[in-house]
Amino acid sequence: MAPAIELRGVTKRFLTPSGAVFTALRDLDMTIQPGEFCAVVGPTGCGKSTTLGLISGLEPASEGEVEVFGQPVNGIADGIGYVFQADALFPWKTVLENVAAGPRYRGTSHRDARDKAREWIARVGLAGFEDRYPYQLSGGMRKRVALAQSLINGPRILLMDEPFSALDVQTRALMENELLGLWSASSASVVFVTHDLEEAISLSDRVFVITAGPGTVKSNYKVDLPRPRNVAEIRFNPRFVEIYEEIWKDLKDEVLVSYERQKRGAA
Amino acid sequence: MSVRSAARLSVSAEAEISRPGRPLADLAARRRRDARRRQVTVLGLRLLVAVVVLGGWELGARVGVIDKFFWSQPADIVAKLWAWITQGTDLGPLWDQVLTTMEETVGGFFVGAILGVVFGVVLGRNRLLADVLGPYIKGANAIPRVVVGALFAISLGLDIRSKIATAGVLVFFVVFFNAFQGVREVDRNLIANARILGADNRRLTTEIIIPSALSWIVASLHTSFGLALVGAVVGELFGATAGVGELIYAAKNNFDAAGVFAGMALLAAMALVAEALITALENRLIKWRPPVATETRI
Repeated sequence: MAPAIELRGVTKRFLTPSGAVFTALRDLDMTIQPGEFCAVVGPTGCGKSTTLGLISGLEPASEGEVEVFGQPVNGIADGIGYVFQADALFPWKTVLENVAAGPRYRGTSHRDARDKAREWIARVGLAGFEDRYPYQLSGGMRKRVALAQSLINGPRILLMDEPFSALDVQTRALMENELLGLWSASSASVVFVTHDLEEAISLSDRVFVITAGPGTVKSNYKVDLPRPRNVAEIRFNPRFVEIYEEIWKDLKDEVLVSYERQKRGAA
Repeated sequence: MSVRSAARLSVSAEAEISRPGRPLADLAARRRRDARRRQVTVLGLRLLVAVVVLGGWELGARVGVIDKFFWSQPADIVAKLWAWITQGTDLGPLWDQVLTTMEETVGGFFVGAILGVVFGVVLGRNRLLADVLGPYIKGANAIPRVVVGALFAISLGLDIRSKIATAGVLVFFVVFFNAFQGVREVDRNLIANARILGADNRRLTTEIIIPSALSWIVASLHTSFGLALVGAVVGELFGATAGVGELIYAAKNNFDAAGVFAGMALLAAMALVAEALITALENRLIKWRPPVATETRI
């Protein structure tokens, strides 16, 4: 069976507004199996989000191959869900319309889309909020809507770009647990970008460490913690601490490199 | 927040409620009373401003500081308006004049606004077209556009079409630039999200780009209705048989300052009514926006 996602020797360059070439990713290899929950950690600006952009088909790779379920990515592929870091709900649509957007864009009838949306809204615990506009919801509720909006399309791959970074600690733990619940009920592969190593380990089966930019995979670790997990408690597991220390040793160097560079850039 | 500080907070909240002599209900009632009092003060002061300005004008005209021939006086203007209402104007019933100008204004407003939105969205979505046509549109915008009224008076004649065209041109540019900018400023994240969710190009335009640009467009409608009125009146000044602008023109030719002011008062009243209608429309169209927390609207 083909892996869910495969990146081989991928390089991504951008042209900066001043005309200089900026290399975000260099020679990156990454393989993710169907149903696997992977976290991608790395210092700021190492190209974590760029990786998601390549997998989703929003951005083409400059070099190398990107394949999803054995098919080369060429434009936005079917079966991809993407939860953005910033709020990407449509502010002029109600919760119901936001969640129903995906099925409607894919040709489902208005009524069926709404019925399905109601189901998903209930599943993320927002029944009764169907007619609210995004500005009337809290940050955590908006993230729930965003999750429902992505999951309603039944994605085989769910890309998440620091989705919970703007939430307070308690809400975040709640959302993480809910995400695990929703994920285990589906068969989707998840690529979860985060800068928080604790979050990465407590959620995932595998953690990729990306080097300071231009990013490439430095190492990847299997997280052999039992499931189902409670993210608030798993961090007290002795095995969790071991894994954390192991990965942190790797990650620390990259964070320092990135920090030194930023300091020099600022000076 | 730690558990302890949360506990402390709830204790102090209870203390606030149970403090003798200052129950919470009292506080709310006082707030309401203060708000009402402030409203009365504002209204009273507004009235005072009107009384001072109009009273000063009237008084100045009566004692001879202000030349009545050139500047008229409020009493004469009111008398003029009353005469127009009860006996009709030289051009016919007053209602007809107001209606004529209103038709020209609303017609020009819609023509200009619709064309402005269409061109703004098309050019905003198509970079090549925008780059090619950009300098021409900027150049056309730099011309003092009321002069096209003269052109339209020649080419379209003295009837309603030339006024609609003049008003439409004035409205077009304002709405166009706002629609264009609105389209350009659409949040990249929203577009990416819609594309991932499966939106094609047409859906992207109708469901993301236009709603997003709508708050810019609607904001421009406030100014542009005023401009439509300017266009209609200027069009009438270039030649017309009816309308409030024509009334003003006729009054000017008779050295009738009161008539000019009476016409101005009519135009102001029309603009205020239209402004209220547009605000109502705005609240309907953009009900997804958080309410603005200001009381004073100018």
